[in-house]
Amino acid sequence: MSSNQPAPTHYVAPLEETPLVAVDAVNVGERKSNLWIDAWRDMRRRPMFWISAVIIILVIIVALFPTLFTSVPPNDDCQLSNSNGGPSGEHLLGFTKQGCDVFSRLIHGTSTSLTVGIIVTILTTVLGILFGAFAGFYGGWLDAILSRAGDIFFSIPYILAAVVIMSVFSAYRNVFVISLAIGIFAWPATARVLRAEILRVKNADYVMAARATGVSNFRILLRHVLPNAIAPVIVVTTISLGAAIVAEATLSFLGVGLPNSTMSWGNDISAAQVDLRTAPQTLIYPSLALSITVLAFIMMGEVIRDALDPKARAQR
Amino acid sequence: MAGYILRRLLQAIPVLLGTTFLIYFMVFAMPGDPLLALFGDKTPNPALLEQLRQQYHLDQPFIVQYFLYLGGIFRGDFGTSFSGEPVADILARTFPVTIRLAIMALIIEFVGGVLIGLVSGLRKGKLFDASALVVSLIFISLPIFVIAFVAQFIFGIQLGWARTTVSTGAPIQDLILPAFVLASITFAQLIRLTRASVIETQSLDFVRTAYSKGLSRRRIIPVHILRNSLIPVVTYAATDFGVLLVGATVTEGIFNVPGVGRTLYQAIIRGEGPTVVSFVTVMVLIYLVVNLVVDLLYGLLDPRIRYVK
Repeated sequence: MSSNQPAPTHYVAPLEETPLVAVDAVNVGERKSNLWIDAWRDMRRRPMFWISAVIIILVIIVALFPTLFTSVPPNDDCQLSNSNGGPSGEHLLGFTKQGCDVFSRLIHGTSTSLTVGIIVTILTTVLGILFGAFAGFYGGWLDAILSRAGDIFFSIPYILAAVVIMSVFSAYRNVFVISLAIGIFAWPATARVLRAEILRVKNADYVMAARATGVSNFRILLRHVLPNAIAPVIVVTTISLGAAIVAEATLSFLGVGLPNSTMSWGNDISAAQVDLRTAPQTLIYPSLALSITVLAFIMMGEVIRDALDPKARAQR
Repeated sequence: MAGYILRRLLQAIPVLLGTTFLIYFMVFAMPGDPLLALFGDKTPNPALLEQLRQQYHLDQPFIVQYFLYLGGIFRGDFGTSFSGEPVADILARTFPVTIRLAIMALIIEFVGGVLIGLVSGLRKGKLFDASALVVSLIFISLPIFVIAFVAQFIFGIQLGWARTTVSTGAPIQDLILPAFVLASITFAQLIRLTRASVIETQSLDFVRTAYSKGLSRRRIIPVHILRNSLIPVVTYAATDFGVLLVGATVTEGIFNVPGVGRTLYQAIIRGEGPTVVSFVTVMVLIYLVVNLVVDLLYGLLDPRIRYVK
């Protein structure tokens, strides 16, 4: 470069220093990545995920095989002489007012809570997806009708609604009726989340591309829009499983839940409340079981939300 | 603003009609005798049944029944309770107590929730923040009646700081423990919401501008950050009012607070179906009105809301 030429305003690298081949080539060795794989990589690094996963799996095993954990029958062996008694021998947590084994009733009551949680969640997810997907994707008058319907159901706090339903169906109180009573008013939360997400997704380029190639509307919804909008629904679903378990316990506690013959944590808490002063163990252990189970589901929902939502990740 | 108010009021009409219809439908469109079903395994006396049949116009076709019932609600006629006292009278007697409890709970919730949320958000990732997040998760998972019993056991029985049940007249000092219990259910969500909002506001341009022109943190935090972080917190208060209503039912029942919630609680426990239906309807109406008022206030606070569809 001779001295009488003006200095270049931009530095331009000589060609041989920038290997274009390396820039343009796709690195085939790079690990595959999409939303779900990223989320999984993020989740498995967090202790909260493993803690809640272990609790949830344990709860499922207890619900499926209660006899693995206790050999004491929950109801047959009750003796009033043991009423509100403290722990002894193979009766780890003491006795209820009726002289039944607290621990055994806890173990055998697990499946009730879990079953209600699962049925309610299936119900709210199915209804929520149907209402949310059609409202968000098709828009217009269908959206107006479905969203107003959702507003109406959303305007009645679902436990109060369930109280009314359970009062009417006082003769038919069982696990299915109570799940229906909770689920029928709890779905708008899911529908709202999905609708908002679909509104965001439905104008994406890949949807446009699918439309241009002549894919039918319904197929676009099913194959392109829904899979890309489902992530927040999974979060709501996980959390609502915990909420449904609480709802069942609250209804049973109020005396409009499951009949006394059904073993459930809510019923045990309800029965024990009068003996808070004299026999706190009968109240505290079922409450603890209930709270830990719900905590596990809510923690799991939080972890999934953080993993799926980069914005939430940044706030950590 | 006038247009916004009008639109919001018009939107409330279908929801109001829909919710009352839904409740009415759930109760009275079932096969069999709805009144007998409501009493469960109890057998009510025929005079009461006859009175209820007239009150709910059960001799008319369903849709006529509903509109007669709706007309009654607008005239302030919510029916009569199991003991024969008009529901409106019970409301007049019990409502002030519930309002007192709810206001105390809201103050505790807002002062505590916003403060902890603010400190958490400002110290993101530090020990205080991490522990606040864990504690709030635990509170979110605990059912209200568990919190109530634990509070009763620890503060009422073990420590003896508070009465386990509220004495007649519900003086303020007796309501402190129930108010804390009631606040605890929504308090945890408030911490998380304030925290997230503070973190977001902190990264906005006007906060950076405030720092770069040399304002002190003592001025930036309350004026620039906190005030702007509170907008989502205010809306949350409305949506969560429903949780508070359910919570009040259980809390008032457990602590024996003579409010609207306990009346509903006792009606549920005793299986007095018709009273339950009346009170649930009243609570849903209160919930709708509160939501409407907060929406209108929100439009006043944040002008952007008025122009969104």
